[in-house]
Amino acid sequence: MQYTSSGDKDTRSGFGEGLLELGRNNPNVVALCADLTGSLKMDAFEKEFPERFFQIGIAEANMMGIAAGMTIGGKIPFTGTFANFSTGRVYDQIRQSIAYSGKNVKICASHAGLTLGEDGATHQILEDLGMMRMLPGMTVINPCDFNQTKAATIAIAKHNGPVYLRFGRPKVANFTTPNQPFEIGKAITFIEGTDVSIFATGHLVWKALQAAEILKEKGISAEVINIHTIKPLDEEAIVKSVAKTRCVVSAEEHQRNGGLGDAIAQVLAMKMPAPQEFVAVNDSFGESGTPEQLLTKYGLDTADVVAAAERAIARK
Amino acid sequence: MANIDNLKDICAQVRRDIVRMVHAPQSGHPGGSLGCTEFFVALYFDIMKHNPQNFTMDGKGEDLFFLSNGHISPVWYSVLARSGYFPVSELSTFRMINTRLQGHPTTHEGLPGVRVASGSLGQGLSVALGAAQAKKLNNDNSIVYSLHGDGEIQEGQIWEAAMYAAAKKVDNIISTIDYNGQQIDGSTDHVLPMGDMAAKWVAFGWNVLHMDGNNIEEVIATFNHAKTLTGKGQPIMIIMKTGMGKGVDFMEGSHKWHGIAPNDEQLKAALEQLQSTQADY
Ligand SMILES: Cc1ncc(C[n+]2csc(CCOP(=O)(O)OP(=O)(O)O)c2C)c(N)n1
Ligand SMILES: [Mg+2]
Repeated sequence: MQYTSSGDKDTRSGFGEGLLELGRNNPNVVALCADLTGSLKMDAFEKEFPERFFQIGIAEANMMGIAAGMTIGGKIPFTGTFANFSTGRVYDQIRQSIAYSGKNVKICASHAGLTLGEDGATHQILEDLGMMRMLPGMTVINPCDFNQTKAATIAIAKHNGPVYLRFGRPKVANFTTPNQPFEIGKAITFIEGTDVSIFATGHLVWKALQAAEILKEKGISAEVINIHTIKPLDEEAIVKSVAKTRCVVSAEEHQRNGGLGDAIAQVLAMKMPAPQEFVAVNDSFGESGTPEQLLTKYGLDTADVVAAAERAIARK
Repeated sequence: MANIDNLKDICAQVRRDIVRMVHAPQSGHPGGSLGCTEFFVALYFDIMKHNPQNFTMDGKGEDLFFLSNGHISPVWYSVLARSGYFPVSELSTFRMINTRLQGHPTTHEGLPGVRVASGSLGQGLSVALGAAQAKKLNNDNSIVYSLHGDGEIQEGQIWEAAMYAAAKKVDNIISTIDYNGQQIDGSTDHVLPMGDMAAKWVAFGWNVLHMDGNNIEEVIATFNHAKTLTGKGQPIMIIMKTGMGKGVDFMEGSHKWHGIAPNDEQLKAALEQLQSTQADY
């Protein structure tokens, strides 16, 4: 797929725009928020559809329960709060009232990962993909930029079942095409290559694309694939790519434990064993700092993807 | 008892610290911090029995403080530094990479004065109750203090803790709610009206007091009265009226200053209203 950055935009604004569009096109879409309407960019929806917007207050567990209840009667609830308070805070409410009960709730989570920045580790969840991926029946999506987040927001309304949609706070490169079709569970190949497969999700996709350019200058042909859906995982695309390149880098703004890399390793162990290097946070909490400082300190930068690719190739 | 004029001077300096700390990284929460300045200065410079030079996690024989609404870390850090827990110069590192002064308070970086992480709201009352019960088990008759936001108490865990405290007669805790009427999305009345706040705590079995949190004489008098009510089988809650952004006219009374930083011009305007009584860091 083609990509060029059209400038920097935050993925949460993609969610806000997608939600507004859904509000206009689907009268069953309702939105719930726990005192973070502006941060989640849900204010446009609130303004245009006040009767379908529910301000819950600072009470995330209550919000998940209310959302589950609203599905009984055909509503499609989109909950909005920070990723930490969308998952860890309310895990059992999601597990029992939403996932196990098969409720059509869309859990929309902003400020995920280190790039939340200065608020620090209390807010920087790096375990959410793992927690959500472990729940049977949960769809888990982490789009890579503004355009893709908007497309994913619109797409998940058509999917019947619980979804975890993860996005972020900072302005980052917006490089996928506007109004793109979004197919849940379908990986997107941005660059074809033969020496190493780089599978990336969320903010790390842009880093992976930049890394591929550096690798190219070094004479290394990297294949860059955007895994926007962590569950269900596009196993076919992963196996097909690794059959060609024979080594793997996974890149994500998440703990190494439980994230995209783990999911890929599981597939490869069963279907096509290959050396794999992980660009992920290695079993530590985050801290305060600017997003770029933190990505560098915790080994999630372009240079880290390049180094991981070289290590993976050396292990072939 | 401490000299009131001296405490007022410290308050002015703490307010300068708050706006400067939030300005430097262009990030943080000035509104609630400014509103709770007198509360913190009274606690750390007069009310609490504590040992800033030799901080220990267990704080045996000391009064303990827990900040449940962790986002107002600027005021806490300023008061911790100025009462001697760590160098005042360290305030300049707030929210910056590799700092001990994390955006929200943590124990992970080892900052003296902090005994548990906070930031995710609604958890601090439970922790404070546990620490209060540990004191009882240790035959330590010191007092545990905690602070909570009025938006924060929308969290259900607060009410689980409220019920527990009274049922278990945890009477060595003095908790306070920063009743500023504001949270992120607007006034608390706009977001989720909480009705009769005092009646709710009374119904849960607490001994409820009220004070004007921006009047330091009243804060001290109320705390001293509250101390006389400990050990009588009931937890104590002080409902403390404050003004969000208190002391900086353009920040006062609006939820808009909950969590944004002043720009250069706004910093200048704010500092013109706040006298430097001790040296700036
Ligand atoms: C569990 C949780 N949910 C949401 C947030 C985001 N948040 C931080 S402060 C805040 C508002 C708190 O209001 P209040 O306690 O009244 O503090 P004030 O704005 O008066 O300082 C919210 C919603 C959080 N930190 N933790
Ligand atoms: Mg408040």
